[in-house]
Amino acid sequence: MPHIELREVSLEYDTPGGRVSAVENVDLAVEQSEFLCLVGPSGCGKTTLLNLIAGFLTPSRGEIRIGGQAISGLGFDRGVVFQDFAQLFPWRTALGNVAFGLEMKGVGWREREEIALRHLELVGLAKFARAYPHHLSGGMQQRVAIARALAYNPAVLLMDEPFAALDALTRDEMQRLVAEVWRETGKTVIYVTHNVAEAVYLADRVIVMTAHPGRVKREMAIAIKRPRDPLSLEFVDYQKRLLYELGQRTGQEEAEETAEIRRIGTTGRTRG
Amino acid sequence: MTAAIDNVGTGRAGADRSAKDRAGTGRALSLRRAAVALAAAAIAYQAVAWGGLFPAVLFPGIPVIATTLWGMIRDGTMEMHAAFTLYRVLVGFVLAILVGLPLGVMMARFRPVENFFLPLVSALMPIPSFSLVPLFMLWFGIGNLTTILIVLYAATFPILFNTWSGVRAVNPLWLRAAGAMGADEKALFWKVIIPGASPLIITGLRQGFLRSWIAVIGAEMIAASQWGLGWVIFDAEQFLNTNIMMASVVVIGVIGFVFERLVFGSIERATVSRWGMVRLERR
Repeated sequence: MPHIELREVSLEYDTPGGRVSAVENVDLAVEQSEFLCLVGPSGCGKTTLLNLIAGFLTPSRGEIRIGGQAISGLGFDRGVVFQDFAQLFPWRTALGNVAFGLEMKGVGWREREEIALRHLELVGLAKFARAYPHHLSGGMQQRVAIARALAYNPAVLLMDEPFAALDALTRDEMQRLVAEVWRETGKTVIYVTHNVAEAVYLADRVIVMTAHPGRVKREMAIAIKRPRDPLSLEFVDYQKRLLYELGQRTGQEEAEETAEIRRIGTTGRTRG
Repeated sequence: MTAAIDNVGTGRAGADRSAKDRAGTGRALSLRRAAVALAAAAIAYQAVAWGGLFPAVLFPGIPVIATTLWGMIRDGTMEMHAAFTLYRVLVGFVLAILVGLPLGVMMARFRPVENFFLPLVSALMPIPSFSLVPLFMLWFGIGNLTTILIVLYAATFPILFNTWSGVRAVNPLWLRAAGAMGADEKALFWKVIIPGASPLIITGLRQGFLRSWIAVIGAEMIAASQWGLGWVIFDAEQFLNTNIMMASVVVIGVIGFVFERLVFGSIERATVSRWGMVRLERR
């Protein structure tokens, strides 16, 4: 049985311009301890899909199951890491942030601190346990956020472009860290990114999505031995194939966009 | 310089220490600047006193004021006046917190509460508390009750208004993250919304206290008898005791300063400044 299962999941919402389909008929099965990446152009609904799995949003149709149970809303079985550094609580130390989930679970403070410290160690930040977030760099803050999402021991880790706002060098370092943490903890991970190299580096399987409406376009298993070398031929080959999948879409999108601009341009002229 | 090198070596690790150093030297510097400004003002005042623009009895020099102040402190009357004023202001201020804080939170959290109270707040806030003193005097008589209610009126609105803005400004991402970690409504309120709104809540308390301090002196002038820093000024005026008036003004200023800078200043440094939620004082 797959760990996470999406059955014909759709999400629609109303806008002043009418009903918009953000996610349409997504079927997805994620195995236990699998690392799944969702890639696609902006607006393809990959973040929406993640929010649905996290329970921040409820699907209009379809069902999401985790460990065989249909989910309704948020749950301790999932940990979430967001893109924005501001996700940490500025009034809590790194340790206090990591301990938050345990506190909500009702774990006593001594045990809580011990577990939190262990998770800060996991992301290499034990030394900064007593530091407040504003004294940490962006990369360190995201590491604290990962530790925080793991500390209360959810089976699933959901990550929404956690390193998109970091510089390239730090991002590489963070990707190695995530691969390492994933290997050590064996969590099932769903990871949203628009960075193809990142997806090839991290994922067991990559889901390529298309926009308007958000749909699954292609699945690609990444069969490279770990740890992966981003300079190897096979790595570059996977990257090319993914870029091709995305590029085709972008080309089509561009054509649509041009048509749209032309249309707006004409109506604008007639009005003017 | 060493702090800067330290910073490069350990990333952001040295930032904590160097920030502390900077705050330390910054505080000494601002203290020196304050002393210079105060000394300049004192000299100017003394020059006017010597200049003879006013009769000496109406414009006492600094030595006279100092002697009067010392005398009143020695015989305990100044402490008594200050104690009465502080009692009124603190009771009124605490009541204002009890009213303004929960109401501000409720207004930010529940639309119907906001719809009902916001027009009321907007209408009442611009009315100076002092304009209500004669009316309150007729209703509640002369003494503590009237002065405390005036303080309550003066302090409630800034506390309420800032709390309302602060809660609305809480980053939704914090609520999301806390929700994902299983926080229930109660935990969200105490562990996310209140600390998240704290920069503006503290600003509200600060403004509220300042307004109370101004209001209580004014209210005491006409609605108190025998004790209070405002009352003593008004009383001294009838006997042309300008030295007593000035001595009281000095005490009013010092107590106000202590609260504003030392009490609220340290609350701010211990919380929102330490958490990096407000920028450190400008150097």
